[in-house]
Amino acid sequence: MSTPVVVTGLGVAAPNGLGTRAFWEATLAGRGGIGPVSRFDATGYPARLAGEVPGFVAEDHLSGRLLPQTDRMTRLALAAADWALADAGVDPAERPPSDMGVVTASASGGFEFGQRELRNLWSKGGRHVSAYQSFAWFYAVNSGQVSIRHGMKGPSGVLVADQAGGLDAVAQARRLIRKGTPLIVSGAVDASLCPWGWVAQSASGRLSTAGVPERAYLPFDARAQGHVPGEGGAMLVLEDAGAARRRGATVYGEIAGYGATTDPRPGGGRPPGLRKAIELALADAGLVPAEVDVVLADAAADPGLDRAEAEAIAAVFGPRGVPVTAPKTMTGRLCSGAGPLDLGTALLALGEQLIPPTVHVEADPALALDLVTGGPRPARLRTALVLARGHGGFNSAMAVRAAAP
Amino acid sequence: MSGRRVALTGMEVLAPGGVGVKEFWQLLTDGRTATRGITFFDPAPFRSRVAAEMDFDPREHGLGPQEIRRMDRAAQFAVVAARGAVADSGLDLGRLDPYRVGVSIGTAVGATTSLDREYGVVSDGGRLELVDHAYAVPHLYDCMVPSSFAAEVARAVGAEGTSGVVSTGCTSGIDAVGHAVELIREGTADVMVAGSTDAPISPITVACFDAIKATTPRTDDPAGASRPFDLSRNGFVLGEGCAVFVLEELDGALRRGAHVYAEIAGYATRSNAYHMTGLRPDGAEMAQAVTAALDEAAIDPEEIDYVNAHGSGTRQNDRHETAAFKRSLGEHAYRTPVSSIKSMVGHSLGAIGSIEIAACALAMEHHVVPPTANLHTADPECDLDYVPLTARDRRTDTVLTVGSGFGGFQSAMVLARPDRPVRRAA
Repeated sequence: MSTPVVVTGLGVAAPNGLGTRAFWEATLAGRGGIGPVSRFDATGYPARLAGEVPGFVAEDHLSGRLLPQTDRMTRLALAAADWALADAGVDPAERPPSDMGVVTASASGGFEFGQRELRNLWSKGGRHVSAYQSFAWFYAVNSGQVSIRHGMKGPSGVLVADQAGGLDAVAQARRLIRKGTPLIVSGAVDASLCPWGWVAQSASGRLSTAGVPERAYLPFDARAQGHVPGEGGAMLVLEDAGAARRRGATVYGEIAGYGATTDPRPGGGRPPGLRKAIELALADAGLVPAEVDVVLADAAADPGLDRAEAEAIAAVFGPRGVPVTAPKTMTGRLCSGAGPLDLGTALLALGEQLIPPTVHVEADPALALDLVTGGPRPARLRTALVLARGHGGFNSAMAVRAAAP
Repeated sequence: MSGRRVALTGMEVLAPGGVGVKEFWQLLTDGRTATRGITFFDPAPFRSRVAAEMDFDPREHGLGPQEIRRMDRAAQFAVVAARGAVADSGLDLGRLDPYRVGVSIGTAVGATTSLDREYGVVSDGGRLELVDHAYAVPHLYDCMVPSSFAAEVARAVGAEGTSGVVSTGCTSGIDAVGHAVELIREGTADVMVAGSTDAPISPITVACFDAIKATTPRTDDPAGASRPFDLSRNGFVLGEGCAVFVLEELDGALRRGAHVYAEIAGYATRSNAYHMTGLRPDGAEMAQAVTAALDEAAIDPEEIDYVNAHGSGTRQNDRHETAAFKRSLGEHAYRTPVSSIKSMVGHSLGAIGSIEIAACALAMEHHVVPPTANLHTADPECDLDYVPLTARDRRTDTVLTVGSGFGGFQSAMVLARPDRPVRRAA
């Protein structure tokens, strides 16, 4: 049997709360962070709402040397990693460098940084491109910067699978711990709320063009018409369970199981892969469906994708067979940041025995989901399942189990 | 699932000067260089004006008009190479459980060439800060998020298991294959289509490396521009390309009578936690990665017959890894041949790691060690046997390849013969 891997620290940068406490209070209260785009003038674009992380002052967290070489997503990731380590009670300086690593996911890299340098290139010429462009925008930057900041010299990595990638990164962190690295900082933060990122996301045809937050992002609702993009995510500290126990760490819960699949080519007669990913995650966790107490859905808010997700959940758990929720209705979809943030939400829910709600949604009865709407629902929660799907057909599922009392 | 071993049973290489495995290996063993003055755009405004460009017409490789329109050049490479690797393996993927077949594609900079071009359009040449969505191409999101490369490959080969992109800068090509190896070993997959691709020769990439003087300004001598380990080296030459492999669980591969190029016997990665682009001269973390990869393979340093170096040709890198080899291989570092094929095919960022794995497998196949081209004048700080200029016949059963990348990533992989006596469980 493989070593259990547990989460001992959590750092959150979410549109409805900077820091774990603010985020969790807002999430239980059903308070969303979706509003009109403020970071640039979006009034000329079809989509005009976003989930922006409020109140983040990079200068409060990063040195003057780091500021010119970091995109917003890296600044948020560095702060979230700091918080996660502090939350875990871990001082990296006291540990052997090779006993620590970093695995992050990224979807679009430092897109806003890249936008500025592309503009410099196109409007002024190559000599005006920043010396930091060679790494500040690329997908590996957050793992690199976190490893440097905390002196982590063990195995590290970076995975990209659009919105599914955040769970894949945490699964890889678990793999590395099982191979012998005692502590891995993992998770993801994405942020591409700039005109160039907006246009690239809009090109997917999946953004909601609604004008008011309450109508904009309605997964599993007959009125679903696309999603609201957001920025942020979460960083987690993962440790070998035995090592965490020996140092007396507070444990949020165990990363109990994981499964991932890729959808087949459309029109080829093969079923979509989400159901299989769920089954793989449950088998990996040693769980039967009846033991899963809540599902945090991917919640694409695209009618076809919502139906596919509802069918996969019903196929595994039975019609209305498990409570389902989508707290990301309060944050928007965060690309690779979504999976780790949902893991954090799931672990906090296990701790409080409360399922946070899906806001603004009236569940489409045809989907046969027991969707948690209105307010938080008290429930006996021992295990939770987090789902994430990425554009192109990536399906990831991860089961978490409450810490042993 | 302990004890599962991983065989490399299929490959395809698209490299500058060598599109196709045979052409690639011919270029390397001839010691020819494929670097030239940049032709993809006017390089006049830039400091470094040479690159290892590939002559690649997607139509000649079976891609249709819609695929060509939809995919960035690097994705086109990956799909073509994946199809070629599967054909080379002789594996009929249609007969396998598709959930047991996965995809792992490395790329450092994704679709940056498309992003550069499309930004120019939606910004009207950089004039508009609020870029115009009316001019966005429909597949722009696939350029923004490079997991589209893995999605394209998965659909092209019919894989429905775990898939994704590994993006660890210039070690992506080793790490993507290493990731696939781990997935097979742990039992998540039986077959992985794995490799890496990059097509970064665009103004934004040339400009960003210019800005830190990482690429060579030796523009008057394109063929001699990439000079790993030479005293006169002064930066790398940007390249492009792709290599994709079929990796299988070894027993299954042997049962079906597959041709096994090599076993991927060991893999490890470490971070230097030092600097996003800089390297300490001691090579300590790369040495740790090498030692960990050897340990995983249960192979002694003295058994290494050939070291495929990162050898980018920057002042800093070549000194760094020379120290790393001495640290990890001891005296054997002076006895084993070490060479850099970047002297011939340039540095294709995330792609080169897989292209170098291909070179290692071919060295084992042919018992020939590829040379380091353009190495005329020894650097006293680089005092190993770098196989200057001419390929060398040599019994090559066990090979080490390494990579070093921005972000501090240091990776190492060991390839060996699957029928070697195994001292302890791999």
